[in-house]
Amino acid sequence: MRDSKRHMRTAAALAAAAALGLTACSTPGDDDSVPGVTDDTVVIGTHQPLTGPAAAGYSTISAATAAYFAYVNDNGGIHGRSIEYVIKDDGYDPASTQTAVRELVTEEKVFAIVNGLGTPTHSAVLDYLDQQGVPDLFVSSGSLTWNQPAVYENTFAFNADYVTEGAALAQYAVEQEPDAKICVLGQDDDYGEGILEGVETVVGSNAITDVQSYTTSAEDLTAQIGAMMQAECEVNVLGTINGFTAMAVGTAAQMEWFPRWYVSSSGADYPTLAGYLGEDLAPVLLQGLVSVNYLPFSPDGEWVALFERINEEYNDGAPFTGNTVFGMSVGYLFAEALAAAGEDPTRESLVAAVESGDLVGNGILPLSYSADDHAAYRGVGITIVNEGVQDYVDAAYTVAAGQVTAVEPDPVPLENEGIPG
Amino acid sequence: MKTPLRALLLTALAIAATFGLDPFRNYQLATTAACFAAVAGLTVLVGLTGQLSLGHAVLMAAGGYGFAFTASAVDGPWPLALLAGLAAAVIVSGLLGLLLGMAAARLRGPYLAGLTLALVIALPSAANALPLGGDQGARAPFFAVPEALSALIAVEQWHAWLAIAISALAVTPLVMLRSGRAGLRMRAVLDDETAAKLSGVDPGLVKAGAFVASAVPAGLGGAILAVATQQVTPGGYGLAFSLLLVVAAVVGGLGSIGGALIGSVLVVVLPWVVDQLVGALPADLGQRLNGNLAVLLFGAGLIAMTLAWPGGVARLLDRLRAARPKRRAPAADTGR
Repeated sequence: MRDSKRHMRTAAALAAAAALGLTACSTPGDDDSVPGVTDDTVVIGTHQPLTGPAAAGYSTISAATAAYFAYVNDNGGIHGRSIEYVIKDDGYDPASTQTAVRELVTEEKVFAIVNGLGTPTHSAVLDYLDQQGVPDLFVSSGSLTWNQPAVYENTFAFNADYVTEGAALAQYAVEQEPDAKICVLGQDDDYGEGILEGVETVVGSNAITDVQSYTTSAEDLTAQIGAMMQAECEVNVLGTINGFTAMAVGTAAQMEWFPRWYVSSSGADYPTLAGYLGEDLAPVLLQGLVSVNYLPFSPDGEWVALFERINEEYNDGAPFTGNTVFGMSVGYLFAEALAAAGEDPTRESLVAAVESGDLVGNGILPLSYSADDHAAYRGVGITIVNEGVQDYVDAAYTVAAGQVTAVEPDPVPLENEGIPG
Repeated sequence: MKTPLRALLLTALAIAATFGLDPFRNYQLATTAACFAAVAGLTVLVGLTGQLSLGHAVLMAAGGYGFAFTASAVDGPWPLALLAGLAAAVIVSGLLGLLLGMAAARLRGPYLAGLTLALVIALPSAANALPLGGDQGARAPFFAVPEALSALIAVEQWHAWLAIAISALAVTPLVMLRSGRAGLRMRAVLDDETAAKLSGVDPGLVKAGAFVASAVPAGLGGAILAVATQQVTPGGYGLAFSLLLVVAAVVGGLGSIGGALIGSVLVVVLPWVVDQLVGALPADLGQRLNGNLAVLLFGAGLIAMTLAWPGGVARLLDRLRAARPKRRAPAADTGR
């Protein structure tokens, strides 16, 4: 008797809960307005490694982007809307990225995800963002994954892809020293493999003297550098992140071995490397270090002057590095896309604006976005470190279908104080 | 009430509750369900047989990988892929649990804890050395909302339903096992191995069995996470997460399934609450504390907790219930 009464009560509670639920907020498609866009703000979000293993190399990027947006907002915003940039820490851990991005999309109701950082981390949310129809702009990684317009129609890359970088580095090496022994040291993921693939397209897979790899959890590179020294490598192409670039150069110097270093843009930021190696040693050890870049990094350029000013005013004068330029360039490109998306932007019009091919960005080579190409930069310029200053030399290459072509750099001039409109 | 019936009712109630939650809360609910399955397994293992495992995250990962690879390989309707994936999760985690259990029968105290700890630390290297997709992990299939429900519920809610159902499947047998003969044998072994042996109970067998029984729900927990996040990566099952599972079991009260649920909720919700708190702090201070404060609070909370209520939340609730004037005789079953 008592049991049946209890069942009745449970059933009643269940029915009440269900009835409550039908009126509650989990039901999809109950809203016509554009997520994240109001009359005076646009909310966008990102996931960044503010803590964890990648923090030392990359945590300053999002601060620079936020500083650029603060600058834009102080100057009237885009179409009268200020940009609100919500930064979530994922500690470079794909599981945290999952949670962070879901929170951005469902709680913060962001208009778009901009510059999510990292290949393993961003891969974790690629499908989710695709299912939710959230624009996934300017992913901060050179993996080819982001350029699949047929599968991920809202996802766009920002970095020049690793294959392009590897090919350009190898091409420059071959032109400088036709008979040198070329070796590759790469991270054991898309990054290192992409660089290796690029080098192979230029010199052929049999012509690489030695190939070494490392995992990011590795403590040292003694074995790898030792093996490369044994193989008498003369030109070392590195697909390494900043910390491991410094470690490779430092380990070789300890062995009193001084080969030429050709390093991908993700691991060749001079100020960051100098932080690892020490200000007094860095100019000596990094003298002649060859790298590639596609953003305005010339110390005397007008973009750098503007970014330095923004960095002073809106970023508490944080150290000015390649990450600062990278972060602010991403901010500029998003502001440009948002301006092009019209007075009343929608997620569709934002994606259409990027696909239109009308965005110019601020790179040294034209952007290549189109409806069937979601890569940002198809080419890169060569930079060299000379007496502690990293700057472009007069060489740039585009890479298409395995062909490396020398081109003239074509930098975008600064307009309207760096505020698109 | 019979255990399966009660499980069914609780499951229905939990599924009804998903209607009251927004998508992000439903995602958190799915994560909680995953932790619940793993912590329930762990709490029975530690509470009933006294074997401390610091490596339950690896058992979850084993289930997750088993699920991801099998469910991706099945080319059929989604329920088939789901069931095949779950079966694989059970088999993989069960086998790993058996291996560990066989070692556990020969090791005691700190040595077993050390072994399981080594397993967690070895996971990232194992993921790189074995064909498990390295740091980027393995993709698990995405289960879209069925046609008939798509107008009613969002995808997070659907995944929460799947999560609740799977965790019910994982935990219910454990509850029955715990209150049945097997539970009795485990308690006998814990109390006095020699006495248990004299009574014809083989301690080695019981310990190994307990490890398997504890590994399978953990593996299913990993499968739940794979369903909710469509991915399994070694980074998601690190040392910190593994220790959090132990924290959840201890905070909830060792040996108590209800305590495991409370502990899992805390483990999922507390980092998020702390994150919100950090967001409210000044930006400079906030950025410095980000990622560290949650760990700090957990540590402090755990120490305070074990000092004040060594039995965990479950015992505390029991005591409160005991202090209240009773209207009817307490149920003989303390399985709650």
